[in-house]
This record gives sequence, structure tokens and C-alpha cells, in this order.
Amino acid sequence: MDTFVLLTLTGFGLGALYFLIASGLALIFGLMDVLNFAHGAFLTVAAYTAWATADAVSGMGGLLLAALVGTATGVALAVAVEFVLIRRLYGRPKEQILVTVGLSLAVPAAVQTLAGADARTFPVPDALAGTVGVLGAQVPVNRFALIGVALAVLIGVRLFLDRTRYGLVVRAGVEDRAMVTALGVDVTRAFTVVFALGGALAGLAGVLGGLYFGSLSPHQGTGLLVFAFVVVVIGGLGSLTGVALAALAVGLTQQYANYYAGGYGDLAVVALLAAVVLARPVPGAPRAAERLRRLLPAPPAARTEGGRA
Amino acid sequence: MNAAVPPPPLLEIAGLHAEIAGSRVLQGVGFTVPAAGVTALLGRNGVGKTTTVRAVLGLLPDGGRVTAGTVTLAGEDITGEPTHVTVRRGVGYAPEDRGVFAQLTVAENLKLAERPGSAHHYDLVHDLFPELRARRAQRAGSLSGGQQQMVAIARTLLNDNRLVIVDEPTKGLAPRVVTEVAEVLQRASHRVPLLLVEQNLALVRRLARDAVVLDAGRTVHTGPAAELLADRELTTALLGVGARPGHATTPSGGAA
Ligand SMILES: Nc1ncnc2c1ncn2[C@@H]1O[C@H](COP(=O)(O)OP(=O)(O)O)[C@@H](O)[C@H]1O
Ligand SMILES: [Mg+2]
Repeated sequence: MDTFVLLTLTGFGLGALYFLIASGLALIFGLMDVLNFAHGAFLTVAAYTAWATADAVSGMGGLLLAALVGTATGVALAVAVEFVLIRRLYGRPKEQILVTVGLSLAVPAAVQTLAGADARTFPVPDALAGTVGVLGAQVPVNRFALIGVALAVLIGVRLFLDRTRYGLVVRAGVEDRAMVTALGVDVTRAFTVVFALGGALAGLAGVLGGLYFGSLSPHQGTGLLVFAFVVVVIGGLGSLTGVALAALAVGLTQQYANYYAGGYGDLAVVALLAAVVLARPVPGAPRAAERLRRLLPAPPAARTEGGRA
Repeated sequence: MNAAVPPPPLLEIAGLHAEIAGSRVLQGVGFTVPAAGVTALLGRNGVGKTTTVRAVLGLLPDGGRVTAGTVTLAGEDITGEPTHVTVRRGVGYAPEDRGVFAQLTVAENLKLAERPGSAHHYDLVHDLFPELRARRAQRAGSLSGGQQQMVAIARTLLNDNRLVIVDEPTKGLAPRVVTEVAEVLQRASHRVPLLLVEQNLALVRRLARDAVVLDAGRTVHTGPAAELLADRELTTALLGVGARPGHATTPSGGAA
């Protein structure tokens, strides 16, 4: 029982991390059709600037400052990449993929050159270093920090999407970007805002990743990005809550399978992905009810086309 | 009754050529839209009416582009301008497929259309479409086709516009709803000039003062709508065998 509790809460913590990365990816792809492979690189760089901050300033204050610096790093990188590269390539998916994949390789390599290939210990303040007893299990405190932050982000981003004008533009743009411009909205401003938001969340994930793993390395972001993509595919682009639930499912699957199925956590995630993708109806393929309706003769009321001259 | 010297046109399209996905869809579209009344843009299916409207707005799909010609709005060249810039000049657009955001509520669809720097005529919109007020919290995707069309038209009337472009507003609607849409368009046309793409000739007869006919990506006729529609041979030649004025809808209600 205690192992199960520990695995579950650790899965929640991991899911929280995936959610932070995946929600940015989903928003960016949903609005702009940009598959941002550089998202993990944002996370890595943010983790290093956060590490430098937390290394210089100790204690809880240092961590909060590091979170701020990491988030700001993510925003700055994301806005720079959007402004300098992506903006010139809207509507050219192949070039976008080349550019973001290029960044996803080059940035970690640069980080490795500057900071070394070895993993570094992330300074965790005492308040978050211990464990708490939950139903007989000793659960690291940082898991709760991750879950708390992810919940706050979920609520915050939902409020942004539901209550602000930019949020309205983003939700509409995910459905039909061209029509948003046809209402007089400069949608490129929303692109920058969404990229910045995604960068902020990736930066925050870099800091929390440091807490969760207790260490950081040049390829941390790229490794996490793979799972974030899986989360986006499972959760879909339709709703942030869907992304959150998918992140949770992936985190839990990974933890349970790693423990109960002899370390096959990653493989279990791939199996989950395959199951979800295969079970999902193919877009355009008629459902059973629709096929049935087509077999039956159309009722006269439906034939409004005849009303036109 | 008409003044001897016509005022300058509000919209002027000259020699417009456009390509979509490598095929030359427009090959010389030219006409003007006067600053008052309804101008009908007519023609058989696939002749380029929607493409013309989209080219005016800079909204050609699939990397389509204008290859020659100009679009002038109130004396200013707007050819190739970003869509939102053109729209902010005061152009309302209700597209062929209505372009309603299904996941947003009716109120959000309208809110999104609010342009800064313009008055927002919710009083007018709710007067014309009382149903939209009642259904403001409802997701637009759950509305009927006619109600969605009302949302699309309402969005064009919310702001102060100089021109409203409506593409096939009655397509696929039941005859009773067609009549409702026609009434709304008629009232709208007293406030703002309309460029109306429409296949329903009875509706065109009732609303339009001027008519433009396209065929195979070219303008083949311009002139008063009444003259065109009175000429049975011409309508049949230009608009095809399907052109039977008065069929199935009841604009005669207004004439009776
Ligand atoms: N996205 C597209 N890709 C390729 N061809 C298109 C596209 N949209 C329209 N066309 C072609 O352009 C022509 C004109 O279409 P359209 O402007 O929609 O006609 P209309 O509105 O008069 O029915 C048609 O022959 C159509 O096949
Ligand atoms: Mg059309």
C-alpha cells in the first residue's frame, strides 16, 4: 500500500511536469500549427539559469528567485525564437520543423559546451528536501510542490483563456485562424503572447524538473519533450483539462510500469499512446450512426437545397 | 431619381487575377460597388465568386495569391494588404460557410468581432436578432444553420462598417429561414452598402440594385439587377438553366 501511494504521488508529480511542458506545446500547435521541437531547449536553458540563481542565493528565497529567473528565461527565449525565426516561417511547416529541430539539437550542445556534460545537483532548499508520511508512505515534499504549481498553472491558464481578450482570440484562433483575422484581429500578436506563455511554462518546468530529479543536465529538456508530445497526442488540442488528464495518465503509467513491470515505464507509455490513437475514431470516417443514416432515404425536410433558385 | 453624376465607387476591383494551388481561378474580374445599396455578385457554382471576395480581403486559401490587378477601397489601394488591416478600414465579412466559432458562445462570437475604435451596436444587433440575445450563453456550434447565419451577419453589423460582404447567406437554409435572412439583409442594407454573393435570384430581385455576373473567373456582365433579371434569355445564358426567378421562396410577400 505504501509503495502504491508513493508511486501514485510521484506519478502525479511527474504528470505535473509533463503538463507544464505539454500545455505550452498544445497551445502553440493549436493556434499556429507550429510543432515546436525547441520547447525542450527552452526548458534546459531555463533550468541552468535557475540553477545558477539557486546556487548563488540559498534557501527558499533563492528557489523562488530561481523560479522567477527560469520562467523569465523561458519567456525571453520563446519570444526571441518566435520573433526572429518562426514568424518568418508561418504557413511553411517543413521549414519550421527544420528550424525547431535544429534548435533542439544546437541549444543542448551549446549548453553542454558551456556547462559541461555532467549532471549537476540542483540545490533543493531544506523545506522541500524532506519527506512527508502519507498513508504509511514516505513521499518527498517536492512532489506536492509540483502538483500545487501545476494546479495553479491549470487554473491560471484557464482563467487567461476564458476571461481575457487574448484568451478569446486564442480559443477562436485554434478553431479558425483565418476567420479571426477576418474580424479585424491581428492574430500575430496573439502568436507572440502564446509563445511567451509556452516559454514561461517551459521555464517553470525547467525549475521544477530540477526539484523533481534533484539534478539537471544538458539533455533534460529534450528527454522530457518526448513525453510531452505523447501527452499532447493523447490529450488532444481541444482542452487544457484534457492535456492535464493525459499528463496525469502518462505520469502514472510510467511510474506504475517502472515498478510493477520491471522498468518498462517508457514502453508502457508508448503502449498507452498506441491504444489511445487506435481507439480514436479516424477523422472523416463516418461513425456507425452516420453510416446507418446514409443508408436510409433522406427525409424530405432535410432537402433544403431544393429551396434555392 | 438618380443623380446625374454618380458618386465615386466605394470598392473598385480592376483586372483581378488570382491563383489557388497553381490553378488560375480568377482571370480578369473587374467591377465596382457603389457607396449605397446592395450589389449582387452572381454566377454559376465554381466561377470564382467566393475567390473574388476572398481576394479582396486577402484571405485566399492554400497559399493562393493575387497575380495581377488592383482592389481599391474608398480611393485607397488595398491589394495584398493583410486581412485585419483591410477589415479595420471598415469591412464586415460573413463568409460562405458562415465562419462561426463553434466552440465559442454566441456572446463570445460577437465579442471577438468588437473592433477597437468603433462603436459596438449591440442594441441594433439585439433588435435585429432577438434570438441571439436569448441564446447568448449557448455554444454557437449547437445553433441551427439559420441561427449561425444570424451570428455571422450580426458580427458584420456590430461595428461601424463602410462595406459588408456576405457570401451565400441563404445556402442550405429552409425557405422560411431564407425569408428571415432576406429581411435582415434588407434592413442592414439601409445602414451599410452590401456586396452580396447569392444564388437565390428571387432574393437578389428583392434586394439588389446592381448586379455583377462572373463566368469562368471573369466578369461577363454588370448593370442594374432589375434589367438583368427581367431578361430571361440573358439570365439563362449567364446563370444557367437552374435560374428560375421566384422559384420556391416567397419574396412576392413583399410585392403583394
Ligand atoms: N482551396 C482551393 N484549392 C483549389 N482550387 C480551389 C480552391 N478554392 C476554390 N478553388 C477553385 O476555384 C474555382 C472558383 O471557386 P469559388 O470561388 O469557390 O467559386 P464560387 O464561389 O463562384 O462557387 C473553382 O473551380 C474551385 O475549384
Ligand atoms: Mg462560393
